[in-house]
Amino acid sequence: MAMAIKLSLILLLCLSSLLAPSFSLFEDQVGLMDWHQRYIGKVKHAVFHTQKAGRKRVLVSTEENVIASLDLRRGEIFWRHVLGPNDVVDKIDIALGKYVITLSSEGSILRAWNLPDGQMVWESFLSGSKYSKALLTVPSNLKVDLDSPIFVYSGGCLHAISSIDGEYLWKKDFAIESSVDVHQLILSGGSDVVHAVGVTDSSQFDTYEIDVKNGGLLKHTSASFPGGVYGEILPVSGDRFVVLDASRSVVLLITVNNGATHLQQTHVSDLIHGSSENTVILPSKLSGIFSLRTDSCIVFVKVTDEGKLNVMEKVDKTVVVSDALALSEGEQAFALVQQGDSKIELSVRLVHDMSSNHLKETVKMDHERGFVHKIFINNYVRTDRSHGFRALIVMEDHSLLLLQQGEIVWTRDDGLASVIDVTTSELPVEKIGVSVAKVEHSLFEWLKGHMLKLKGTLMLATPDEVAAIQQIRLQSSQKNKMTRDHNGFRKLLILLTRAGKLYALHTGNGRVVWSTLLQSLRTTSQQQCAGLKLRQWQVPHHHALDNNPSVLVVGRCGLSLTSPSALSIVDAYTGKELQNLGPAEHSTVQVITLPFRDSTEQQLHLLIDADKRAHLYPTTPEAASIFQRESENVYWYSVESEAGILRGYGVKKTHSSEYSFEARNLWSIVFPAESEKIIATVTRKPNEVVHTQAKVIADEDVMYKYISKNMVFVATVSPKASGPIGSATPDESVLVVYLIDTVTGRILHRMTHLGSQGPVHAVLSENWVVYHYFNLRAHRYEMSVIEIYDQSRAENKDVLKLIVGKHNLTTPVSSYSRPEVTTKSQSYFFTHSVKAISVSSTAKGITSKHLLIGTIGDQVLALDKRFVDPRRSLNPTQAEKEEGLLPLTDALPIIPQSYVTHAFKVEGLRGIETIPAKLESTSLVFAYGVDLFYTRIAPSKTYDSLTEDFNYALLLLTIVALVIAIFVTWVLSERKDLQDKWR
Amino acid sequence: MMCVSVSANEMEKGKGVLGSRKWAVEFTDNSSTRDILDPPGFTRASPDQDDSSLTRQKKDAEANWKSQKAWEVAQAPFKNLMMMGFMMWMAGNTVHLFSIGITFSALWQPLSALQGVGKVFEPYKDNKVDLLAPKLLYIALNLGGMLLGVWKLNSLGLLPTHASDWVSSLSPAHEVEFSGGGAALY
Repeated sequence: MAMAIKLSLILLLCLSSLLAPSFSLFEDQVGLMDWHQRYIGKVKHAVFHTQKAGRKRVLVSTEENVIASLDLRRGEIFWRHVLGPNDVVDKIDIALGKYVITLSSEGSILRAWNLPDGQMVWESFLSGSKYSKALLTVPSNLKVDLDSPIFVYSGGCLHAISSIDGEYLWKKDFAIESSVDVHQLILSGGSDVVHAVGVTDSSQFDTYEIDVKNGGLLKHTSASFPGGVYGEILPVSGDRFVVLDASRSVVLLITVNNGATHLQQTHVSDLIHGSSENTVILPSKLSGIFSLRTDSCIVFVKVTDEGKLNVMEKVDKTVVVSDALALSEGEQAFALVQQGDSKIELSVRLVHDMSSNHLKETVKMDHERGFVHKIFINNYVRTDRSHGFRALIVMEDHSLLLLQQGEIVWTRDDGLASVIDVTTSELPVEKIGVSVAKVEHSLFEWLKGHMLKLKGTLMLATPDEVAAIQQIRLQSSQKNKMTRDHNGFRKLLILLTRAGKLYALHTGNGRVVWSTLLQSLRTTSQQQCAGLKLRQWQVPHHHALDNNPSVLVVGRCGLSLTSPSALSIVDAYTGKELQNLGPAEHSTVQVITLPFRDSTEQQLHLLIDADKRAHLYPTTPEAASIFQRESENVYWYSVESEAGILRGYGVKKTHSSEYSFEARNLWSIVFPAESEKIIATVTRKPNEVVHTQAKVIADEDVMYKYISKNMVFVATVSPKASGPIGSATPDESVLVVYLIDTVTGRILHRMTHLGSQGPVHAVLSENWVVYHYFNLRAHRYEMSVIEIYDQSRAENKDVLKLIVGKHNLTTPVSSYSRPEVTTKSQSYFFTHSVKAISVSSTAKGITSKHLLIGTIGDQVLALDKRFVDPRRSLNPTQAEKEEGLLPLTDALPIIPQSYVTHAFKVEGLRGIETIPAKLESTSLVFAYGVDLFYTRIAPSKTYDSLTEDFNYALLLLTIVALVIAIFVTWVLSERKDLQDKWR
Repeated sequence: MMCVSVSANEMEKGKGVLGSRKWAVEFTDNSSTRDILDPPGFTRASPDQDDSSLTRQKKDAEANWKSQKAWEVAQAPFKNLMMMGFMMWMAGNTVHLFSIGITFSALWQPLSALQGVGKVFEPYKDNKVDLLAPKLLYIALNLGGMLLGVWKLNSLGLLPTHASDWVSSLSPAHEVEFSGGGAALY
């Protein structure tokens, strides 16, 4: 009886824990099954801050709009700020030795950050009259009335701003007088004049001299050259500038002397003998020298005092040149990096003495990092008072490295900050046959670990032992093994980054297992390549177990939709490029994974090109025959957001070649352009598993879900309301949502939300769609749910018929049979604005679902699907309560414990990927943005396994104690029996 | 001539029913032949008559007693039924260990009782006693108990009487068509 009570208690506990909506974790569980990695992205600008005292750091701004302060010794992030996606950092500098100044949003926002801790000190908004490039000059030793002004040119105006508090000092608008486009701001040391150098209508060269105290114009000189200019004006010395003319074949040397402007033309072909295509002047500012790059080489040209151009040196065009660095004695140095085979050569030269290398170092470099893209140098004084140099280099794969004394001091894989697409791969199956020594060792370790845990549970452990327990838990070798595990938690996450590099991360601790710079996606001088999609190509199950799984990377070489595509197939275990199918002759605008596989378990893919032709991959006769057989039932659709048209296609019988097929247009849905504009389309995840078609509701009633993979959710808004929130009045903004069958083009459901507008984020799963939008009338964000049910199956309620199998529930469904559908929907207020929505996915689809919402705070919130159930009512009946239906509330609750990212932020969150584990209760979650975060969630608790910290030692001990107790009592009872018999 | 017959069967069966009677000596000997003369002064006729009437009376009493007992045994499940009903009411209609245990015992007890109907009524077997009616009552009551159990099972929702019980794990139907695509990739 006692046992029964205990069991029922346990059962009750389980039930009550099931009802609790949150699944928070304890402090000591952080890091057990989750990991978080912080990145910054590809570095654009770097400023060193290496004072003698204090920490040496480098301040960087990146293409992901991150400003960060990095430790120069180890490459760790001291602090970091991720600006919004539209707040692009233009310039970065240091003012007063304690503030980091950033200019962003096309020069309209100037901010100062405290250097040690990264707190914002002040922020100024600069208004301009027109668009122009943004320039920032922070004079190092200029004092104007106890203030050090910062000069910013943006929006056609020159602003002087106090570096102490960000106050406006003065503003000079250039746009009033002329349409000059200022290219450079120059502050000659010691003088009180700012020189602004620019071009008017690309045919007139202007210099302005402006008083730093009040912004008054002191002098204006101009000189016209009818040829026009190409690119930027580069200052060579205080009064000399160079620029290319519009034809890019002539270098103009501009000399400003006492108000007179003198122009001097030199043909590029005179400087470079031979081909001089695509000439550009490199923006590296070296005093007295400029560098020209052509298709074949880079030349350094010295401008002599007489105004002559002398070619000093010719180097390979892959050489990367740094800016000049002022050394203490007034001389300047700059660095050159030359790319070699699996090594790079770094040489530092002094500007006044170009003939010899001041320093030359050869550094071994992993060729998977590609070419050097950028270099920033910094110097330090060695103990013998000579100059040492450290170089920060940015590689093709966006990684950041610090070189010093011929060695790589640290590296950062910052390519992972720009993940485009994610897929997963299973790890290899564990080989049978483990050595005895290993087993013994691991058994001993296992026992030791569990004895420690037992001590911990019984509160006998010392603080040291507690720390040891935590260490064991965190560094469990089990979770980091390179083999498949029973629960399916260990997997490889394969990430495609913007740099065209493929990374494989282990889910155990997030380490990079391999990384490959895809040759087919490398940007060359002729074309710019980028990855588009990553798909599973071969997933060996039964037939081809000896093969390694592989992934397909689809990319595009060029900027337009019609550019040829690049395809490559990569081994998921080793990262080797197995097949390089690119550049293919056709373009790719869509990648469709067909639900068919060939005998070697290769997944069939259709690539749709810009001319609406379908190309079949793999290009094998077997795949072609499979596709021919199934082609009657293969359809595809395209969403043309600009035109507001959805089109559906089928395969034409006649085909142009064996592996490419013509499309026939089957249907089109044209949204009226004056009232509707497509802003979001969402489909179901192709690999989603649905357990059942029936939904059991209160009173044992049943509803049949309309489960179709060929359903697309489309959201449109009125064109006026397609801007940001607040740009339209509630009366003129209408949000319309559609559920459309993509085989027949039938609109299954249409709903209008008056006074609402986007941005719309939605997720479609099973038979429901949840979407998030803004309600202008309520001034709040809302989330709505639509559930769609199949009415044609609703009569299947006769138990007898179901028992004998007389029902139409298992017959294959065709979209052409036009099943009747009904929908239920409901809306709720939701506090947060949303960056991404996803839904948990499990192996069999039995476990209940959680919505994973990427909030504006870059966190991932798990929301039980039961909260967005359209059957919720204000007063649920007893039966509905038993079913688990929650009473209706107007807002969705945000339970702080249900943030799956707990204390972390996934800065710049862009996507949330869910991957089913083998264990039905568990779903793996991977969130990516600038940061990466991985964890496991169990929406219905881990009902199918013991928790990881289950105390096996305690269980063993209990069993042993029980067995001993059994023996003792048996002996005692025997003895008593014997005594009884003798009585 | 005397014959002492101690029926082992009776010893076992009669333990409960017949109380303290463990064995019996029968002085009446009907089967004996008249080879040996009666002792002098013994007249067989009168006592013989007395004896036979006595045994008849006794047998009638026993038969009455047996049939009475058989009825009692037949009615015994009724108490059980009441008890079961009370416990079921106590257990409530939610599925947990108690209610399931009680329901299954309510199903199992009548079943095992029905299996052993013959054995239960064996002690009261007599050609003079009609056991059919008590047996029928016994069976009916047990069936009633079982029905109570089934009713309880149903009220717990454990009987597949609804459509939902037959389709709740029916996998989605296969879709004939496949369609993919979406917006152009940038």
